[in-house]
Amino acid sequence: MKPSILFNVFAQDFKKQRKRMVLTLMAILWGTMSIMLLLAYGEGMKDQFSKNLNGLGEGIVILWGGQTSVPFQGYGKGRRIHLHPEDVDYLKGRMPELEIVAAEYIRWGAEIKYKDKLISERINGVYPEYKEIRNFIPEMGGRMINELDMQSRRRVAFLGNEVKNRLFGYDTPDENIIGETIQINSTPYTVIGIMQPKIQMSSYQGSDEDVIAIPATTFHAILGDPYLDNIIFKPAEGFTFEDIESRLFSVMGSKYKFDPNDDQTLHTWDIMEERKVTMDIFQVIQYFLGFVGGLTLIIAAVGVANIMYVSIKERTREIGIKMAIGARRIYILMQFIVEALGITFLGGTLGICSAYLLTELFKMVPIESEVLNFMGRPTVSLEIGITVTVILGILGFFAGLFPAMKAASVNPNEALRYE
Amino acid sequence: MIEMTGIRKAYQTGKITFEALRGVDISIKENEYIAIVGPSGSGKSTLMNLMGCLDKPTGGEFYLDTERVETLSPNQLADIRNRKVGFVFQAFNLLPYATAYENVELPLLYAGLSGKERKARVTELLNRVGLGDKMANKPTEMSGGEMQRVAIARALANKPKLILADEPTGNLDTKSGRAIVEIFNDLWKDGHTIVIITHDMHIAKRCQRIIRLKDGLLDTGNEEEEQEQSLKVA
Repeated sequence: MKPSILFNVFAQDFKKQRKRMVLTLMAILWGTMSIMLLLAYGEGMKDQFSKNLNGLGEGIVILWGGQTSVPFQGYGKGRRIHLHPEDVDYLKGRMPELEIVAAEYIRWGAEIKYKDKLISERINGVYPEYKEIRNFIPEMGGRMINELDMQSRRRVAFLGNEVKNRLFGYDTPDENIIGETIQINSTPYTVIGIMQPKIQMSSYQGSDEDVIAIPATTFHAILGDPYLDNIIFKPAEGFTFEDIESRLFSVMGSKYKFDPNDDQTLHTWDIMEERKVTMDIFQVIQYFLGFVGGLTLIIAAVGVANIMYVSIKERTREIGIKMAIGARRIYILMQFIVEALGITFLGGTLGICSAYLLTELFKMVPIESEVLNFMGRPTVSLEIGITVTVILGILGFFAGLFPAMKAASVNPNEALRYE
Repeated sequence: MIEMTGIRKAYQTGKITFEALRGVDISIKENEYIAIVGPSGSGKSTLMNLMGCLDKPTGGEFYLDTERVETLSPNQLADIRNRKVGFVFQAFNLLPYATAYENVELPLLYAGLSGKERKARVTELLNRVGLGDKMANKPTEMSGGEMQRVAIARALANKPKLILADEPTGNLDTKSGRAIVEIFNDLWKDGHTIVIITHDMHIAKRCQRIIRLKDGLLDTGNEEEEQEQSLKVA
């Protein structure tokens, strides 16, 4: 069938059934827009949650010491396993599967004083790697703790953005704070940086915005904590924690003399695993939203099928003529399927464009709110576009198939006599 | 070309069965020029539809070019209608939204001809029926005679041996009707087999042979009497 003839047939049908056709197109547009916006909402929420999950760190594993639960090589059970500062280099040297290894001391209720202001806060002794693996990103003009600070055990402090507000007030600009001296447990420290605000959905010690970070070596020297509170590491590219878990227990077990199969000796939290579970939940939510949107679209597709049935009834004679001059049934079938697909894709394209415009307009609206920071903004992705196009294709095909089968099954002789 | 033996055709409407043809034997050779006449309801159109493979008989044997038509699939019948038979209807039966060119081109599209071949053939056919200057006209922009000429051009598209015309002049004025009959005469002289259903005995008399139908059977009664009856009906 020549495209020009198909177009003419479509144009003639459109003229004859303008109202019905416009309503059907509107239904497809509305259905497509609904499914697009629902999926875009889900996608935006998924993206935002993904970003928020990264607040704590991307692809990291947190390791705590535990307690033995089985006797091993003459040692009884119930022995505490403490992590020591030298464990960082020990792990780096023995486990090339780890890309980054860092550690942390934590002290709650430290006295922080700036001029005449005194507050009680948590201080953490951290490694410079925290900038990368725990997203301790400094605001412009400041910096994070570096190797030199570690080596020289400098008394420098990197402040969480909320601690900064509590200590210096909300209105004090960062540049006025960098270089100021604060007292931590009566010891002076120089403020070297303020943390950029970040959304953090999970934590193991409270929110990072409330932290006062000092070099781990300084912490150890001044506060004298003998044990690390935790070690944080990131598996190298191509490794998951699952791949290296048994080796970690084996390496640490050989140092601390515990059974590598004793899972109570070390406790771990694999952020990647948690992220995977969360993303799986969001995928299910996406399916559900897609299903709800799909139902709206199915109703629209029924409208297409309806208009096709009417169209076929009105064009019975035309079908008869085509059959009389040699059209096989498949040609008649294809003609009406193509027409149904045409209506569906025309309405669908308008719907996709409308949904895209709406989401882009919404992104331009300068609203900042806790809800948006948490839930994200609707985002139309290529994946959504492809999904909706495939759904439209399937619905359009079936909306055309059944009326087309009816058209193709008419007796050419009877069709020619149809008035 | 056509061998029909004991052909029956019954239509079912609810519980009522109506037999339009009740055992017709017809033999038509290649390049014959035949008129089928008879009063309304005698089964003329039914017979033409069967000859053109638009329908299958409910009884009897029908051979078209040695092919047993009753045994053919819908696709095989469609191919026969596309390549071996050309229809010309009283109501023209052109596609209203397509131009004269597109209407004539349609059977060629179904036959799978290339764009170049189609263009050459359509141009040749429309020129032959004297409509070379109206290729881009739609049926609504043409007279009855012109529409029927487009229909004839369409019927000739795939060079069929058999041309079936059901009251081809029924909707035309005398002058246009005469022109159409002249075209059929020319086609016959070119070697086509022509079967015309008509009430017009003037047209029937120009044919080589007249087949008369009455009440679904071949009418073998008095020829003169039948002719008079047919003329009265016409």
